[in-house]
Amino acid sequence: MTTTSEHVQEADTLSRRSGNRLVALVSRVRELGLLVVLLLIVAVVGVQVPEFLTLSNMVQILLSISILAIVAIGETLVILTRNVDLSVGSIVGFAAFVAANLFKQNPGTSLLLGILVGCALGLVLGVINGLIVTWGRVPAIVATLGTLYAYRGLEFLYAGGNQVSASDVPDSFLSLATAPFLGIPLLIWFAAVLALVFGYWLRASRTGRQLYAIGSNPDAARLAGIRSGLLVFGVFAISGLLSGFAGVLWGARFATVDATAASGLELQVIAAVVVGGVNIFGGSGEILGAMLGALVLGTIDNSLSFLRVSQFWLQAIDGAAILIAVTLDAFIKRWVQRLLITRRQR
Amino acid sequence: MTNPPEPLIELVGIAKQFGAIQALRGVDLNLYPGEVHALVGENGAGKSTLVKILAGIYRPDAGVIKIDGKVVELHNPAQARNAGIAVIHQEPTLFPDLNVAENVYMGRHPRDRFGRVDWKRMYQEVERLLASLDVRLNVYTPVQGLSVADQQLVEIAKALSLQSRVLIMDEPTAALSAHEVHELFAIAKQLRERGVAILFVSHRLEEIFELADRVTVFRDGTRVATAPIGELTTAEIIRQMVGRALETLYPKSDVEPGEVMLDVRHLTRKGVFADVSFQVRRGEILGFAGLVGAGRTEVARVVFGIDRADAGEIRIGGKPLQIHSPKAAMRYGIAYVPEDRHQHGLIMDFSIARNITLPVLLRQTNLLGLVNQRREREIAQDYSTQLQVRSSGIDQLVRALSGGNQQKVVLAKWLITNPALLILDEPTRGIDVGSKAEVHRIISELARKGLAIILISSDLPEVLAMADRVLVMHEGRVAAEFTHAEVDQEKVMFAATGQVTNDHHQ
Repeated sequence: MTTTSEHVQEADTLSRRSGNRLVALVSRVRELGLLVVLLLIVAVVGVQVPEFLTLSNMVQILLSISILAIVAIGETLVILTRNVDLSVGSIVGFAAFVAANLFKQNPGTSLLLGILVGCALGLVLGVINGLIVTWGRVPAIVATLGTLYAYRGLEFLYAGGNQVSASDVPDSFLSLATAPFLGIPLLIWFAAVLALVFGYWLRASRTGRQLYAIGSNPDAARLAGIRSGLLVFGVFAISGLLSGFAGVLWGARFATVDATAASGLELQVIAAVVVGGVNIFGGSGEILGAMLGALVLGTIDNSLSFLRVSQFWLQAIDGAAILIAVTLDAFIKRWVQRLLITRRQR
Repeated sequence: MTNPPEPLIELVGIAKQFGAIQALRGVDLNLYPGEVHALVGENGAGKSTLVKILAGIYRPDAGVIKIDGKVVELHNPAQARNAGIAVIHQEPTLFPDLNVAENVYMGRHPRDRFGRVDWKRMYQEVERLLASLDVRLNVYTPVQGLSVADQQLVEIAKALSLQSRVLIMDEPTAALSAHEVHELFAIAKQLRERGVAILFVSHRLEEIFELADRVTVFRDGTRVATAPIGELTTAEIIRQMVGRALETLYPKSDVEPGEVMLDVRHLTRKGVFADVSFQVRRGEILGFAGLVGAGRTEVARVVFGIDRADAGEIRIGGKPLQIHSPKAAMRYGIAYVPEDRHQHGLIMDFSIARNITLPVLLRQTNLLGLVNQRREREIAQDYSTQLQVRSSGIDQLVRALSGGNQQKVVLAKWLITNPALLILDEPTRGIDVGSKAEVHRIISELARKGLAIILISSDLPEVLAMADRVLVMHEGRVAAEFTHAEVDQEKVMFAATGQVTNDHHQ
């Protein structure tokens, strides 16, 4: 029980350590890959157009993706559970109009109340999504496709063709997005803090880990005693809440809001999440990845204007990015699987 | 061994019904700490139903479950788990994207004082657990890279981490190599030493004699015997498993077989089945017996062109052929009625007429490529009448039919292609006795009309009564072949469980 077993243990630990490194490396391949792509874009465009590399442009890029990033946090949680939320664009638009209109009608409204109203609206709409999916057992893609139109329709009813413009709302509302804190606009801070909080929660809480379990194998999750229905309901509620908050920020950033605000945002959000390595069938991926996905797409968008490439190219390039990312994912997955299998056989 | 007087788990009068089928008819079973209790029986005897009741997946219709003498209710898997029951299902129930350690502790991650998952402690715990089982597994590896054997070890580690006192293994060795089985048994014996009660469901009798302390035999949802392993022989167990009288359900008409229709020689699909040879003649019914997973369906799939063979030859009417696809197989006159009629055989939301005419739809189109609906209905009506499909009419949705009538629609659908060889995979599973007799009558009639028929069935009396010859498969090989005259249930069960029969020489 002394020397031999110690030797065995030592050898064991050694082989295990090399295994850990491999596994850890592979699980980071996606994030590393995105980082490399990001740096490549920045380097290539930076060489051609030096103004691209200025600090103010970097802030501009971050500003342009912040709202999308906040929505993508909620979307990541939903997709991890093997669901999807297509209604986020409509929720953002609805909350944006309601919040902006509130300040237009009652200029004295406190900023906090405006934020709360937007968040509450988002939460309610998210809860409705959650109920339809879990209690009504409607597949998420259909349920939220329905609410995508329904929420937008409600907003049209409420807005009735009206528009809120920058001159209608107090400056304090507009400052919510652009006022600098430590030299960086508040909007970016909101996105960064939320991403950190949710990213950490997902990694460090039991509930966060259970979301992965539900997406990875729903039947096994049930057998493991995980309350899948409750958790799926929860992520839809969170997705709605974050979209509501993002909507308020949308109003503050663009100031001019009508009933069509944020139309089509849901697809950009899902694109960022998928490019960021979150498996569309659930079970794997991280908030950090989704944020990098948003950043890569945002940077491509920004570089095109610097390179004077027509905006018409943008969608084609975004599409290519999605296809490359997803195809690459499939390859990596198969490669890892083969690697793990051969390792076991040795 | 001496049993303590108090059983750990006591099942009294457990009954469970699914539709018309009585899966369990009031069974009693006791499990004692420190025993390996084998549960055996034919396919459909009720073993898996009992396992699922103990796992909290099914609720029994009647009967009580007692743990330590106290009545407990197992309404969901979590309650069963909390009651100290761990189940290793036939298919591992793990999370492929997550690593070994998280799979063991999912939902119960150890936490630090801030409520965060304590990853370090979790990895240490799982490493300790695996070490205590003498198992070397990298706890950081995602489960999707593991073999089935290793995945079962993860399940066992999970059971240990829960300090389960009862471990149920539902055919754990089905997908394992001999070496892996040996390792699994070493662990099972170790758990027995620790006082864990193990319920071990298996088809392989030699394994039961190696591992079990006691054996319980199920037949048709009832417990027919429980005895210490030392008091039983293989022959006795098999007799208990099959010992029922042949029912006179099967109207078999004698047909003089014609020329050889299908000739399969040394067919091999690596890792699935090997060196399978057989012939079927026109007008002959060849029965395929064997346990679930013996490779019968897999052979049929190759013959029908769904899967490819790695070696061997298939001759139809004397000509060697390459069957690359089901379409090609149909061209050569082969029809295959798969086991799962819901998944592969029928479109539930189509009418009877639509389902029946689906395979010939392309041939029944008019000049514009449109389906000739009148012709479609005529054909459907014709076959539906011939096979006596009981419905409100051929426009009724297939979903609304009983299992037996659905099966007739599947048969009609394939007969319409006018096949020369019909492969039937479990044609009467899950249908009631009356419809069963009708399906048997149809099969007999088809044989009389000169069709060559392969009948894959786990219902032994059915195979014995219907088949002119019976081929028995065991673990991917042909274990034995019997003529109608010489075959009986015990011979088939001996061959199907890998025992060598005395009067069968090869």
